[in-house]
Amino acid sequence: MRVAYFPGCVAKGNCPELNQATQKIAPLLGIELVELTGAPCTGAGVLQAQNPVLADTYNAKTLALAEELDLPLMTVCSTCIGCLRKSNKKLSEDEGYRAEVNAVLKSGGHEYHGGVDVTHILYVLIKELGLDNLRGMVKKPLTDLRIAPFYGCYILRPASIMGIDDPDNPTSMERVIEALGGTPVDYYGKTRCCGFPIGLENEEASFKMAGKHIGEAKDKGADFMVTPCPLCHMNLDLQQPGISRVVRRQLDMPVLHLPQMVGLALGLSPKELGFSKHIISAQSVLAKVGA
Amino acid sequence: MIQANLKVYRYDPQTDQEPHYDTYEVKELPDFATVLDALIKVREDIDGTLALRCSCRSAVCGSCAFRVNGHAKLGCKTKVSTLAPDGEEIRVDPMGNMKVIKDLVTEMEMFWDKLKQVKPWIETVGEPPEREYQVPHAKMVELQQPMNCIMCGACVSDCTVLEEDSKFLAPAALAKAYRVVGDPRHGKTREWLTDLSEEGGIWDCTRCLECVEVCPKDVAPMDQIIKLREQAIEEGLTDNIGAKHVLHFTESVAHTGVLDERTLPIKAAGWGWAVKNAGIAIKATLKGKIKPLLPGSHPSVTEVQDVRRIHEELEEGKRK
Repeated sequence: MRVAYFPGCVAKGNCPELNQATQKIAPLLGIELVELTGAPCTGAGVLQAQNPVLADTYNAKTLALAEELDLPLMTVCSTCIGCLRKSNKKLSEDEGYRAEVNAVLKSGGHEYHGGVDVTHILYVLIKELGLDNLRGMVKKPLTDLRIAPFYGCYILRPASIMGIDDPDNPTSMERVIEALGGTPVDYYGKTRCCGFPIGLENEEASFKMAGKHIGEAKDKGADFMVTPCPLCHMNLDLQQPGISRVVRRQLDMPVLHLPQMVGLALGLSPKELGFSKHIISAQSVLAKVGA
Repeated sequence: MIQANLKVYRYDPQTDQEPHYDTYEVKELPDFATVLDALIKVREDIDGTLALRCSCRSAVCGSCAFRVNGHAKLGCKTKVSTLAPDGEEIRVDPMGNMKVIKDLVTEMEMFWDKLKQVKPWIETVGEPPEREYQVPHAKMVELQQPMNCIMCGACVSDCTVLEEDSKFLAPAALAKAYRVVGDPRHGKTREWLTDLSEEGGIWDCTRCLECVEVCPKDVAPMDQIIKLREQAIEEGLTDNIGAKHVLHFTESVAHTGVLDERTLPIKAAGWGWAVKNAGIAIKATLKGKIKPLLPGSHPSVTEVQDVRRIHEELEEGKRK
C-alpha cells in the first residue's frame, strides 16, 4: 500500500532512530512511504494555546498535501495523529470553518476538501497489512520476551476523535506484540501519561509520572517497554537517568519505538534500526532476540 | 434479565487494616441495568454493609462517580450490558486521588477546596448598566460547555498530574475558572489569570486528555484549560515557563516548519535548565541522537515560505 508519510518533528529531530526504523521496515511490509516534505508541525497541543486557528491551518495544509496525492496520511507519533485528527474532524464537519481556513491556505496553492484518513503505523499494521500477514513475515520471533506496551495519550483519547481502539482497554499494541511472538505485559500505567509535556514546567511531577510507569512495568517482569509515541520515548528513554534519580530507583528499562520492535522481529540488524542512539542500552533485549 | 458479576473495593478505615475486594453475583437485573443499579441491589439484597453515594440515578446530581474497570465513570450512566456483554467481571473502585471514607465513598473536601481557590464567581468592574448586562449569544453557547459540570469529581479522580502533585488545581476547578474568566461580564480577568498562572495552575496540565475522556457531561476540561492559556498569553502574562514554552514553540515552527527541540527548552526554561541537562545532552549528542547545535543543522520543510506566510497572516489577523 502507498501512504502519505508524515514523520513529524521528533522523528526527524531528537528521535532520528524512529524515522530510520520506519524507513527500513516499510519496504519489508510492502508499505510505500510518500513523505510529505512540505508539511509543518501539528502544533503538538502547544501551539494551539497561542493560536488554535494557526494550528488548524498548518494541519489543513498537511491534510491537503495528502489529499492531493489521494493517499491516507500515516504518522508514527501518537501526538501527531491526535492533533491531525482533531483538526481533521473540525475541518471535515464544519464547512464554514473549512472555508475560513481555506481562505488562508489558497494563497499557497492548497485547498482542503475534507475526509482524508489519518492513521498511525500501529493501525496500518493491524487494519491494512493484517496481523496474520505480519505474523508470516516474522524471521526472529520475540519469543521469551515480556513486553510492556506504553500507548501515549493522543493515540487513544478522546474516543470521539480517535475511535480506533478502546481508550479504557486498548488491545492494538498487545495484538502486534503477540503477532511478533512476544508476550504482552499488562499494567495500569500503559494508558496513562508519560509526563513529557510538563517536563519544563513541572519536572518533578513529569519524572515521577514516567518513573511510576517504568517501575510498574519492571515489577511486572517486562524485558522492555515499547511505544508508538516519540514524545513518550523522550521521557521514558532520554530522561530515564534523571527519572531514576527522582524516584530513587535504578530502572535500566530499555524503551523501543514500535517500528524498532517490528524491525527486530523482521530480522533487521540493531544498526539498521538505530539502537545505538538509545540512552538506555537495549543490549539485553538484542541478546535474547539473537540480533 | 441479566446478571452482573461485580468485584467491589471494600475498606473501612475504622476496622480494616488493608482494603480488599468482595465479589457479588447480582442476578435478575433488567437488561438496561446500570452499574449503580447493580450496586444498589447488592446493598439492598446481598450485603447491607456496602457504602456508596448516589442520589438522582439520572446523570444529573453527580454523586455516583466510581472507577469502573479502572476509569472514572458515573455508575448511573454506565450500562452493565455494554461493559460486560458476556457476563465478564466488572471491577468497581472508589475514585482516585481522594481519601476513602468507606468502600466507594470518598472524601470530597479537596475537590471543593480547589474549586474555592479559583474564585468561581464573576466580579464586574465599574457602574452596572442601566438595564441588564448583555453577553453575545455565541459566547454563552461556548460557556455552556464548562457550565455543564455537575461536580461529580470523575476528572479529578483520573487526573494524571494530581496523582504526583497535590498542588495542582486539577481539571474541574480549572474548567470552572474558564467559565468565569471567559465571561465578558467578568471585570477582573487579568487578576484571575495572574493567580491561575502560578505554580499548580494552568501551565501544570500535561494535556493527557484523561479528563476529556472520563467527563460524563462533555465539559472537556482540558480544552477549557487551553483557552485559559490562550487568554493569559493575550493578557501578556508571559513571564513564566509555560507561556514561554508556547511562544517559542510557535516561533520555532514559524521559522522552519519544524520544531527545534534542542533550543526550545533553553529559550523557555533558561540557561539554568541547559546547565542542569548538559550531561544528558552531551551523551545524546555523542550517540548521534541529538544533532549538535551548529548553523544549518536544523531541517526546514520544503514549503517553508508558505508556512511563514500562514503564520504571518494569522498572527497579524489575531493582533487586529
